[in-house]
Amino acid sequence: MPKFVELWVYLSSTPLFGLTATLAVYLVAAQVYAWLGQAPWANPVLWSVVVLSVVLVASGVRYEVYFAGAQFIHFLLGPAVVALGWPMWQRRAVIRRNAARLLAAAVVGAVAASGSGFAIGWALGLPREVLLSLVPKSVTAPVAMGIAEHIGGLPALTATFAVLAGLVGAMSARDLYRLLRIPETPQGWIARGFALGTASHGIGAARALHVNADAGAYAGLALGLQVVLQSLAIPLVFGLLR
Amino acid sequence: MRTPLMGFTWLLLLQTAGELLSRGLGLPLPGPVIGLLLLLPTLASARIREQVAPCADWLLAHLSLLFVPVAVGAMSYLPVLREYGLRVLVALVLSTWIGIAATALFLRAFPPDDDAEVR
Repeated sequence: MPKFVELWVYLSSTPLFGLTATLAVYLVAAQVYAWLGQAPWANPVLWSVVVLSVVLVASGVRYEVYFAGAQFIHFLLGPAVVALGWPMWQRRAVIRRNAARLLAAAVVGAVAASGSGFAIGWALGLPREVLLSLVPKSVTAPVAMGIAEHIGGLPALTATFAVLAGLVGAMSARDLYRLLRIPETPQGWIARGFALGTASHGIGAARALHVNADAGAYAGLALGLQVVLQSLAIPLVFGLLR
Repeated sequence: MRTPLMGFTWLLLLQTAGELLSRGLGLPLPGPVIGLLLLLPTLASARIREQVAPCADWLLAHLSLLFVPVAVGAMSYLPVLREYGLRVLVALVLSTWIGIAATALFLRAFPPDDDAEVR
């Protein structure tokens, strides 16, 4: 038995553990998601995170040790964001012709998501640093953390809010669109994907890519626009308010 | 050479150029986003396009996976949320729905023209 314990201690402290565990758990979660007809509640990010968190807590492996392996996957987020340019390039004619209204939609979405988050949080009496951490939650986590730091929020809390905003959008968008009667037409898919990328960044875009190629492409465009808009606008607005 | 490795190298080169521009010029945009903007004119070359397309499609097909490590880390902060109780979750969920609804309704009111022929 001590041999086994020794082996486990060794393996769980090498990068191999975090990398292998992330891939294995995700592949099972993605397979189950496919079997369930991509039901929104079966979101593979959510269930991978749940299972991996339980594994880490149960085995006593610290997050830093897990991340030593998982960072190889995390690293690919950078080139993946660059890669979002490819589906956009394929739709460049439509995007160019509709540039003004897509930009207007992005501004509407940014004001609605960030403004309502601030207003509701303020009405509910949340402390100042939590409110400020809530504002950039619609932007992809690494960028949101930078914005939060800039305006006096707590970056770690913002990362949590951003992940939750991503999951909430990815898991509830379909029902929300049915309620609002957003059609499943080519134009409807643009609206559906763009709106999901606007409020739920990359996690929303990943869901949109699963459902429809157009929705995925416009979700990517929307998340890029939010990064640009909110990185520029939030520090400006909260700099003036301060 | 039309291997996916070439495409991956292109993506990394553009991200590197993006990081250099972001840091060097003190731009408020993150390196990968500048890399995305640099990719668009680069794709005008058919040769580069052939190299980048398979790699980009592969990365984007597994985009969900790439968020798992940071999401696991974010979840370790969940106990902090207990301090602020349900209020913070209410604000987060409602504002996310409001953001999605406002954007989708705007685009339903002003639908983009999606002429397949022009594509």
